[in-house]
Amino acid sequence: MELFTNQVLAGIATGAIYACMALAVVMIYQAIDHLNFAQGEMAMFSTFISWQLMQWGVSYWAAFAITLVFSFIAGIAIERILFKPLTKAPVLTNVAGFIALFAIINSSAGLIWDFTIKQYPTPFGSSPFLGSQLISTHQAGMIGVTVMLLVALYFFFQYTRIGLAMRAAASVPESARLVGINTSWMIALGWGMATAIGAIAGMLIAPVVFLEPNMMGGVLIYGFAAAVLGGLTSPFGAVVGGFLVGIFENLAGTYIPGVGNELKLPIALALIISVLVVKPAGLFGRHIVKRV
Amino acid sequence: MFLARILRTTALVTAVATLTSGAALAQKKYDTGASDTEIKIGNIMPYSGPASAYGIIGKTEEAYFKMINDKGGINGRKITYVTYDDAYSPPKAVEQVRKLVESDEVLAVFNPLGTPSNSAIQKYLNAKKIPQLFVATGATKWNDPKNFPWTMGWQPSYQSEAQIYAKWLMKEKPDAKVAILYQNDDFGKDYLKGTKDGFGAKAASSIILEESYEVSEPSIDGHIVKIKAANPDVLLIYTTPKFGAQTIKKTAELGWKPLQIITNVSASVGSVMKPAGFEASQGVLSAAYAKDGADSRWADDAGMKKWTEFLDKYMPGADKTDSSVVYGYGAAQTLVKALEQCGDDLTRANLMKQAASLKDFAPDTLLPGVKINTGPNDFAPISQLQMQRFKGEKWEQFGDILSGDVAPE
Amino acid sequence: MSAAEEVVAEGHQAVAAVPKRGMTLGTGTSLVVLAALLIMPIFVKNFIIFQMTMLLIYGLAVLALNILTGGSGQFSLGQSAFYAVGAYTTAVLMEHFNVNYALTLPIAGVVCFAFGFLFGQPALRLSGVYLALATFALATAMPQLLKLNFLEHWTGGVQGLVVTKPDAPFGLPMSQDMWLYYFTLVVVIAIYIFAVNLLRSRSGRAFMAIRDNEIAASAMGVDVALYKTLAFGVSAAITGIAGSLGAIAVQFVAPDSYTITLAISLFLGMVVGGVGWLPGSIVGAAFIIFVPNIAEGISKGLSGAVFGVLLFLVIYLVPHGARQVAILGQKLAGKLRKN
Repeated sequence: MELFTNQVLAGIATGAIYACMALAVVMIYQAIDHLNFAQGEMAMFSTFISWQLMQWGVSYWAAFAITLVFSFIAGIAIERILFKPLTKAPVLTNVAGFIALFAIINSSAGLIWDFTIKQYPTPFGSSPFLGSQLISTHQAGMIGVTVMLLVALYFFFQYTRIGLAMRAAASVPESARLVGINTSWMIALGWGMATAIGAIAGMLIAPVVFLEPNMMGGVLIYGFAAAVLGGLTSPFGAVVGGFLVGIFENLAGTYIPGVGNELKLPIALALIISVLVVKPAGLFGRHIVKRV
Repeated sequence: MFLARILRTTALVTAVATLTSGAALAQKKYDTGASDTEIKIGNIMPYSGPASAYGIIGKTEEAYFKMINDKGGINGRKITYVTYDDAYSPPKAVEQVRKLVESDEVLAVFNPLGTPSNSAIQKYLNAKKIPQLFVATGATKWNDPKNFPWTMGWQPSYQSEAQIYAKWLMKEKPDAKVAILYQNDDFGKDYLKGTKDGFGAKAASSIILEESYEVSEPSIDGHIVKIKAANPDVLLIYTTPKFGAQTIKKTAELGWKPLQIITNVSASVGSVMKPAGFEASQGVLSAAYAKDGADSRWADDAGMKKWTEFLDKYMPGADKTDSSVVYGYGAAQTLVKALEQCGDDLTRANLMKQAASLKDFAPDTLLPGVKINTGPNDFAPISQLQMQRFKGEKWEQFGDILSGDVAPE
Repeated sequence: MSAAEEVVAEGHQAVAAVPKRGMTLGTGTSLVVLAALLIMPIFVKNFIIFQMTMLLIYGLAVLALNILTGGSGQFSLGQSAFYAVGAYTTAVLMEHFNVNYALTLPIAGVVCFAFGFLFGQPALRLSGVYLALATFALATAMPQLLKLNFLEHWTGGVQGLVVTKPDAPFGLPMSQDMWLYYFTLVVVIAIYIFAVNLLRSRSGRAFMAIRDNEIAASAMGVDVALYKTLAFGVSAAITGIAGSLGAIAVQFVAPDSYTITLAISLFLGMVVGGVGWLPGSIVGAAFIIFVPNIAEGISKGLSGAVFGVLLFLVIYLVPHGARQVAILGQKLAGKLRKN
């Protein structure tokens, strides 16, 4: 029983990583209606920017703030320069563009900062949290930040004019244009916000997994899985999905005899697919209405 | 008339030239890829893709050969180093190696990286009788001169290193319960096998848990929690650097203090122990054959001084904490040594023969006492290691230099 | 209308409708290409022949994805899994059971068809990004499955299996590489003709009806479930045969050969070649084989970045891939004729 509780707690701790990334995934999905494969790399690059600032002597929170602003602007710039020209191109061509962006960012980061892993500081410390050695104060802080982000996003999308406009632009672009929303800029804004949230995720994840150009490869797979499980249209679902994936994975690795440990990722993914077969829009996603 | 004289003179000159070059041919022997002025060496490295962190090895070797060329080359010949990207994909490795052999016409393929890529090209190169020299992987199978006379390893094999740990544990901690964390690939499984072989009959009773992880996992915290629940006395960490650092950090965070032994691959001070935290790393054991570029202990070492000078001049800005830079330098130096021994007989057969007759050769970057020895039946150049313990901010070697040759099956 | 609804809508925006005639080349052009492919090996080195063989093999795998995505509108990031199953089927049969290499191809095809057909069942309920994730999961799971301990006796585990390359039969005076090239060429042409006819047949029309509008197709009496899974099965079978040929050509199979990177490459090949345009498959295959080589030629340290930039250039210039070039070419030719 103790092992079970421990694995659940450890799962929550790891799940916080996935939840954080899943939020960024949902954000971009709300803005552009598909997934951005380069999102993990963009988060990694932002994290390196903040690391570099700290190397130059900037304090943690100053570096944090500068990185957020930088990421927001960089996100908008990437959309305006690289993806706006592809608006009329087929969706699959856009996906190829994401893959190209992935390659460019990953390779450049490797050249600028090398591939050796780097220690990344945490503002929360890494002592045991509330007497439990399984969750460190950093991980608790990470969960706290994720929840705060979630609440902020909820209010943004539900109650602010710009949040509502952004949702309208993503889901019914024609009608949104008719009521005077500049849908093109809404998409750019969505990119900016998603990149900034990704940067927060990266800066929170880096103290756990260490900073290096390939640090987000695995995280993004889990982040996608979490977001899809929770429902791509629901920030709340994405966060819950993140924790569920973390717990699933640990329990599968511990309790399924024989292949459980070797196949914990495939088992977790298979479970997600089974959920999707029953609920195709994810646990908390809105239902799909099919029309001709 | 005048014309005829010129013609006659030309004929004479040609005849003399033919004679002299004929005499030269008697001493100088070349295969494809070597000539009076040039030695062409091929290489494949993962410059892109998941293992791109190792790409720096290829760049170090390229820079090293440039230094050799600037110093006049090898017996007057310049090295042309052709290196291609295989993205750590075996099919791409085959394509690139065939390009090296059939299109670039290299003399030998040197230090290709990765067990999967080397397995994919081994049969082809041996069939073509082209040296697959000093491969950059620690699998045991490269030391097999009978079946693969054109393939030779370089670094100590993973299995022999693991055997050293097992034997040390049996001697120093005979009753210890041992848990193993390993990466689920050729590298991790070789260590697992070596450990079991080292424990021999005691393997079943000593090893209480074998836990594997996938390289795609972002964090291995869940595995550490599971291992801790089994409560072993010793944790063997057979991981790549990132996961090694995570393991050391996590065990410290859990307030758990087993005896930890980490693979040589992840024993780098700069890229593992420091990120994991020096405090958490105290007392961790490992084994080494090379010096550590980030270890202040070697600041006055003659060999490492040469290494630093080389880096400052030929690779300015290179990350000195990266053990791959030390690795590439040592491997390149070994090749240069073998080529020097070839003299003017630059045939593929002679290159293999010279590579297989290195005696007590000590590259600048190897630990004092560790020497390269090869023979017709010994294709494992480095087979010595020394145990070390992490103390303060550096490794301290202890005990004798151990030899751990493992014969392939 | 919610954002979730868009997922469905996206399904038929994702793949532009290609009329079935637009999916192939004209007879004249086909013959010229065929003649070039037949004569080429006589003039080049063995290494180039090997590269051309790989080109045909990847072209076949891209073609298989094209049937699935361009034909039936289903998106897959899991083609590397089918490729791996085909490759391992051949390797295990050849090395453990001494089956003739040529015989392993149909077996690999059947095995992969069954595998793809079964995978198509749960995939039926998924579309858009959800299907992408499901197939992506398959691709990440495959190398791990191949490494499993209890399969190690057959698969060689992490060490993989070495495959013997066949000699030319009947004492034909040609190198192994050249023989394998012609062998591959015959297989690829046969499958290409099969694919063209499939898409022109009743089943092909059903695929395209589903691609263009699933609900309308179902209202018109198309058995959507059957044809969607069938498309998966056919695509998997062809990918599997490509995998078999790949195993023989490379002479080695290992889990590291069939990672998600391969699936992504095949996807890029399809986009560059033009989604839904079968002859584009070979152009796409050329892109995924040669462009990385060009990129590393420009810069070793930044080869990934150079590759990304080249990819961006291609999709900016021709967002619809090689198909767009072909259409342009046709129009130009038409104009010239008029003049």
